[in-house]
Amino acid sequence: MSKKSQKFEGDPNTTGHEWDGIEEFDNPMPRWWLWTFYATIIWGVLYTIAYPAWPLINGATAGVLGWSTRADVAAEITAVEEANAPVNAKLEATELTAIAADPELNSYAVSAGSAVFKTWCAQCHGSGAAGAKGYPNLLDDDWLWGGSVEDIHATVAHGIRNEDSDDARYSEMPAFGRDELLEKEEISQVVNYVMSLSGEAQDASKVEAGSVVFADNCASCHAEDGTGDREQGAPNLADAIWLYGGDYATLSETVTNSRYGVMPAWNTRLTEAQIRAVSSYVHQLGGGE
Amino acid sequence: MAKGRKMSNYIKLIALGLVTLFAMIGSNYARDLAYQVHAIIVMIVAGGLFLYTLRHTNEPKPAVVGLENEYFDSVVRAGTIATAFWGVVGFLAGTFIAFQLAFPALNFEWAQGFANFGRLRPLHTSAVIFAFGGNALIATSFYVVQRTSAARLWGGNLAWFVFWGYQLFIVLAATGYLFGSTQSKEYAEPEWHVDLWLTVVWVAYLAVFLGTVIKRKEPHIYVANWFYLAFIVTVAMLHLVNNMTIPVSIWGSKSVIVWPGVQDAMIQWWYGHNAVGFFLTAGFLGMMYYFIPKQAERPVFSYKLSIIHFWALIFLYIWAGPHHLHYTALPDWASTLGMVMSIILWMPSWGGMINGLMTLSGAWDKLRTDPVIRMMVISVGFYGMSTFEGPMMSIRAVNSLSHYTDWTIGHVHSGALGWNGMITFGALYYLVPVLWKRERLYSLSLVSWHFWLATIGIVLYAASMWVTGIMEGLMWREVDANGFLVNSFADTVAAKFPMYVVRGLGGVMFLAGALVMCYNLWMTVRKAPAKEASLTVPVPAE
Repeated sequence: MSKKSQKFEGDPNTTGHEWDGIEEFDNPMPRWWLWTFYATIIWGVLYTIAYPAWPLINGATAGVLGWSTRADVAAEITAVEEANAPVNAKLEATELTAIAADPELNSYAVSAGSAVFKTWCAQCHGSGAAGAKGYPNLLDDDWLWGGSVEDIHATVAHGIRNEDSDDARYSEMPAFGRDELLEKEEISQVVNYVMSLSGEAQDASKVEAGSVVFADNCASCHAEDGTGDREQGAPNLADAIWLYGGDYATLSETVTNSRYGVMPAWNTRLTEAQIRAVSSYVHQLGGGE
Repeated sequence: MAKGRKMSNYIKLIALGLVTLFAMIGSNYARDLAYQVHAIIVMIVAGGLFLYTLRHTNEPKPAVVGLENEYFDSVVRAGTIATAFWGVVGFLAGTFIAFQLAFPALNFEWAQGFANFGRLRPLHTSAVIFAFGGNALIATSFYVVQRTSAARLWGGNLAWFVFWGYQLFIVLAATGYLFGSTQSKEYAEPEWHVDLWLTVVWVAYLAVFLGTVIKRKEPHIYVANWFYLAFIVTVAMLHLVNNMTIPVSIWGSKSVIVWPGVQDAMIQWWYGHNAVGFFLTAGFLGMMYYFIPKQAERPVFSYKLSIIHFWALIFLYIWAGPHHLHYTALPDWASTLGMVMSIILWMPSWGGMINGLMTLSGAWDKLRTDPVIRMMVISVGFYGMSTFEGPMMSIRAVNSLSHYTDWTIGHVHSGALGWNGMITFGALYYLVPVLWKRERLYSLSLVSWHFWLATIGIVLYAASMWVTGIMEGLMWREVDANGFLVNSFADTVAAKFPMYVVRGLGGVMFLAGALVMCYNLWMTVRKAPAKEASLTVPVPAE
């Protein structure tokens, strides 16, 4: 036989049912439980009268308070926009280079720009703006397209190598290996030469031959001394700062297949005030010119 | 009789042969790797069964006498083994991915595409909910429905089909995740072909359970069976509606859902929340309603409370889904209803806690001497805590802070580890000596060890997730005087690191506890003294 429930002196009655030795007391529901349950039901009815709740044929009850999440968020956004409207107007009207001189405006621009950066830019450039492979570090003074606040503004507004803006910054390095502009050996030579510019040559015997290849093929954009040309976004190759990497394998890959980094044009998504703010923010990070 | 069996064997052979052939074609024409792997698994299983059936077709079957007078416990024994096994697998996966979050380098380069966090996360959730929890529910429901109906399981070997069919579902789901097949619906990730198989298994499960209830020898249906039945029926409905998809090709795993946009989201969370409500709450309440009175050897506290809280729970849970979609494209009215029903659900949920805890009144001293009852009591405690936390988090104002943060993860785990895990451990500790006819468990002090490892593990887990959850919620909404965001997302990730390590350690402790349990149960079967007269024959109580 199955073991029956134990019973003690003073136990309430059971319902008289039994399953596998389990019985059930005929206790009433605890009063506090029942009253709390009723209270939540009454609260629920009142709440659904106050707020949008019951579906009808077309639409739903709107609630006597007239509340809606969309109206709520719209009101909050409007309040912030209205509060910031005068200073945004001032930001748009002030010469870019004059913003830094106005402490109040500058502090607004930097904090606004920091928020814009964290929302839109951090995904590629990192939340600290230190960049990543293929995405430039914005903290140093090594600029591809220029580090004045106007240069930064133009880059942010129109982006790089995108199809959204006609004013996007554009340049394209040839794929010297893939398109058979250079022999394998010539690529090896020029890579060694480029590495030698920052004192890192892997095979010193190739450096001299590499300098000839460089002068014939690369110097027109990267300059005779390899210090680059900001007009064309051609990186400085002599400063030991690398966008994709300065080791032999990575440089060979760059020369062979070229690179084609793209940045979106932000003037299609951000306001002029936001673009100015984020430009000011990036400019004051440390490398601004 | 023998002729009829032979006939049915021929039908079986034809069916298995066709399935094997279809799976062979499938493995050849498969459009994606996951489907191909599944076709090969099905081919091997169906082909193996074909050969087995073929070899036994003309063999005389030994006559079985009096089987109808015995409980069908072999399938329950298999179920308890599967529960313990999948539990360890699921906890291990969870602990590993917890460390992957703390140390992203554990997403090894060589393992990209099958063992990175994205692939392992659904493996973990499905392993613990459906493999561990599902096997626990199937095994205990088969045990409880027989004992409380005083009847052998209906349908003969159909119960074995349910057991092995469900294991096949688990293997198909798990391999699917690793090889990249998913519907991207949380807790409903398996693709259409796996869903169809689960539907077949689930209908068989319902038939076995309901058939046993119908042929019961007791005048009334015990409360545990109400909960089990509600769980089986509702999960069937949720599964069908949330998986209404059209396959892109019969030879590929990709499918397209028929529900558009926000309606799909609403149906997904109607499913998702009721997976919690009916799988992890109603089903496990069924477990609680049998094993707590048995272990405490006391009558259930209140029959009236069990009726009222059962129906209130069933009625209200089904409405609560929209609280997962506050402040989204979901219309405000649906969001309000979800929140209101969730709060009204608070007391009906607590009804189960009261009935569980108060059943111990008059037997509280057992908490000192019986670590198994201690486990069951703390599980009911965690149940009460999470069913308070849940309604609170469904309040829109609270949700605007808690949603998308680790708070939700902490909430789910205090329920899953605390309530589902602990009550299952308690049930396993009760079942193994009974099913293997042992006098007692091998070691009660090991149960105590398990209890403390698991409890401290859960506390570390839940507490660290409360801290990171509230912290990141506050960091996300932090704005400066001009209304601009202060933190980037990556800042919040960096700030959470120490708590992620604590969470991982909590997982290690919980896993260690489960391993202690497996050892203890194994030694119970191997070493504990055998019990002479055990009850395997159905006798209706008067």
